[in-house]
Amino acid sequence: MIGYLLRRLLYAIPILVGVNLLTFALFFMVNTPDDMARMQLGVKRVTPEAIEDWKRERGYDRPLFVNASAEGTARFTDTIFFDKSVRLFVFDFGFSDDGRDIGREIRERMGPSLAIALPVFVLGLFAYLCAALLLVFFRQTVLDLAGVVACVVLMSVSAMFYIIGGQYLVSKAWRLAPISGFADGAAMVPFLLLPVVIGVVAGLGSSTRWYRTIFLDEMAREYVRTARAKGLSEIRVLFGHVLRNAMIPILTGVVVVIPSLFLGSLLFESFFGIPGLGSYTIDAINAQDFGVVRAMVFLGSVLYILGLVLTDLSYAWVDPRVRFS
Amino acid sequence: MSDTSTFMPVLLWTDALVFLLVGVLCLFAWSCWRSENLRRGWARVAASGIGMGSAVVLALFVAIGLLDSLHFRPALDKPGEGGKVAYSVDVLSVLDVLVAPLRERRERTYSAPLAAVAFQKETIERPDGTQAREFPRLRHGGAHLADPADAPADIAWRAAAGLLAGLVAAAAFCALWIGLLALSRRSSLRVTLADVLHGTSGGANWRAFLLTASVLLVLAAPIAVLSMQYHVLGTSKIGQSVLYLSLKSIRTSLVIGTLTTLVLMPFAVLLGIAAGYFKGWVDDLIQYVYTTIESIPSVLLIAAGVLLIQVYMETRPGLFETSAQRADFRLLMLCVILGLANWTGLCRLLRGEALKLRELEYVQAAHAFGVSHWRIIVRHLAPNMLHIVLISAVMGFSGLVLAEAVLSYVGVGVDPSMISFGTMINDARLEMAREPMVWWSLMAAFGFMLALVLAANLFADVVRDAFDPRSTVRRAGFRIGPARMPDRAGGSA
Repeated sequence: MIGYLLRRLLYAIPILVGVNLLTFALFFMVNTPDDMARMQLGVKRVTPEAIEDWKRERGYDRPLFVNASAEGTARFTDTIFFDKSVRLFVFDFGFSDDGRDIGREIRERMGPSLAIALPVFVLGLFAYLCAALLLVFFRQTVLDLAGVVACVVLMSVSAMFYIIGGQYLVSKAWRLAPISGFADGAAMVPFLLLPVVIGVVAGLGSSTRWYRTIFLDEMAREYVRTARAKGLSEIRVLFGHVLRNAMIPILTGVVVVIPSLFLGSLLFESFFGIPGLGSYTIDAINAQDFGVVRAMVFLGSVLYILGLVLTDLSYAWVDPRVRFS
Repeated sequence: MSDTSTFMPVLLWTDALVFLLVGVLCLFAWSCWRSENLRRGWARVAASGIGMGSAVVLALFVAIGLLDSLHFRPALDKPGEGGKVAYSVDVLSVLDVLVAPLRERRERTYSAPLAAVAFQKETIERPDGTQAREFPRLRHGGAHLADPADAPADIAWRAAAGLLAGLVAAAAFCALWIGLLALSRRSSLRVTLADVLHGTSGGANWRAFLLTASVLLVLAAPIAVLSMQYHVLGTSKIGQSVLYLSLKSIRTSLVIGTLTTLVLMPFAVLLGIAAGYFKGWVDDLIQYVYTTIESIPSVLLIAAGVLLIQVYMETRPGLFETSAQRADFRLLMLCVILGLANWTGLCRLLRGEALKLRELEYVQAAHAFGVSHWRIIVRHLAPNMLHIVLISAVMGFSGLVLAEAVLSYVGVGVDPSMISFGTMINDARLEMAREPMVWWSLMAAFGFMLALVLAANLFADVVRDAFDPRSTVRRAGFRIGPARMPDRAGGSA
């Protein structure tokens, strides 16, 4: 088991190196630092001196890979590649364009992101599984058909309309919850209500349909027939057998996103004014702050790979066949 | 350029690719016609009522999109230097010409749907010199009325007339279609009519086809009649007709939904088949590449890509002749970036399928006979994977249409000057706080997007059920269980 885990973790290293090289190529080789400087300073009135100053302030004035003018290991460490890319591996993200420590910002903003993403994830999973089991219980009836049609309609609506519609109805027309904003501590609860509910509803259509398909696949298996032949009630069959056996396909889709919950949601945080990592990313995109975007790309892949490792672990947990092989 | 032509055709990059795509689809249709298996799949799609209905809706959207892809620059009235014909910098499309009344009759700012007066009060100088705060008349909306208070009656009249015209058109269309059907089958009109009405015509479900087409005609006719005098869906902040904006957004959505697939197809197909067929280090390498790309959250990868394109375009201002070409280049690049971020899923599927197929006996036999790798792939593997490519292309479309709106909101979507559902929502969102609310652009974007995405989703489900052998497996599994009712829901799993 330990060996298995170690192997998975070792496998993650070349992928992280790949992500790092890819982002480096994207951000420094497709467009040179000169292009970035010209963009930031305004394209028309820009002098070569201003570009040099801009690059020096941010450490972009060094060579890409090999610094021929330096001595010893500094030949390789005093370069853009080492400073901007290799340092990411120890989570040293450097500074954003407005001079703030990106690592600190990320640590501060993880909390609010998680405050929204975690309830949406937990409540959503519970709601979708319940809805899917309900549809499966009434399979091949009018209720099931209506449910599936409703799911298709729900998943055809853009998440933005759920947010705008929810904000209009709940906050503006009925005045039940604040339209946007955030507070620390227990005071955050009223601000969380609306985004969490909308977050759950926005995923209802596609997720319920997906779980319903998984359950129906399981219903066609032999063991279900055996369970019925033993005289078990339909409820027992659904919860005792089908739900447990459907865990593997469900876990495949679910566990991998758990670490990424830290990243929050771009849409929800921006619409509801929540100071999390999602709105941080949007601000960085609008300000064209490449340092922040690069840090978020790297962080996102680290969390995704962590999710893959967790998925493998969860397989071992629910399926003895994986555990003992 | 001393000719006297009244327009100069403009081939935007995306236009060229759209027509390339149409060519590819024609080729595909031809190969479907030759392949017994694919023909049967399409026959199943045509036999499904939902399939036929959603196909009609999609066809309407595609027709609008194609008309909007024929671009040109009209000649200016006064000649330029040296007596040459000068062309306007505005790039128009055939659709723009067809709906010229919608495009040209602009108001000053917001006006509500079907309104005859402006949305907000303004200070107006009366003929007798006094001033008053009232709702001013619109320049075009209801301009033919003597008194704006007559508007409701006038609208009701015109809507009724339009409805009647729509009913007549729908009846004529149905009659024509049934007549043609009877001719092609060499059966009598009465038999054909009865077949269509009862859905027993065998083959395509013409009842759903005619029903959907009739509903669309009956809906479209009153809108067309009313839009001659009114702004049926209101006007935007700069006074453009919202109906016009919605119609123009269709092309943007279609381009993103289809060209992205066109871009990702070569990567996914070539790499997926290569990985599954050759195995060994080729497989390892390709798996490594797609795992790496998959591990980057796609929104961030797309954002990074679009930011880089922005830098590229802004540091080279002289690259484009007109703003339309500039916006079009950005749209194309967005498709390329979306494609590069999205090819991994299909690649993974095709790799798995190739791994399975290469072990089959007929492939092994071909191998033993010394058939080359290339020939085995082209003749034996690719045709058996076509359905996977088809299903994933159709299923991916609606997701891409939805993604465009979100990306445009985040600021990494289409050019802000390009008309799209994303920019419409983004502009309308800022007016949420206005009292009374400006709701019509939002509702228009909502309605059009819902129609497009819902039709695409329903069509994709039907196509998947028709082509994916696994869904037949699932339906067979249903019969094993103690089904309480005849198999009905299985198809829509």
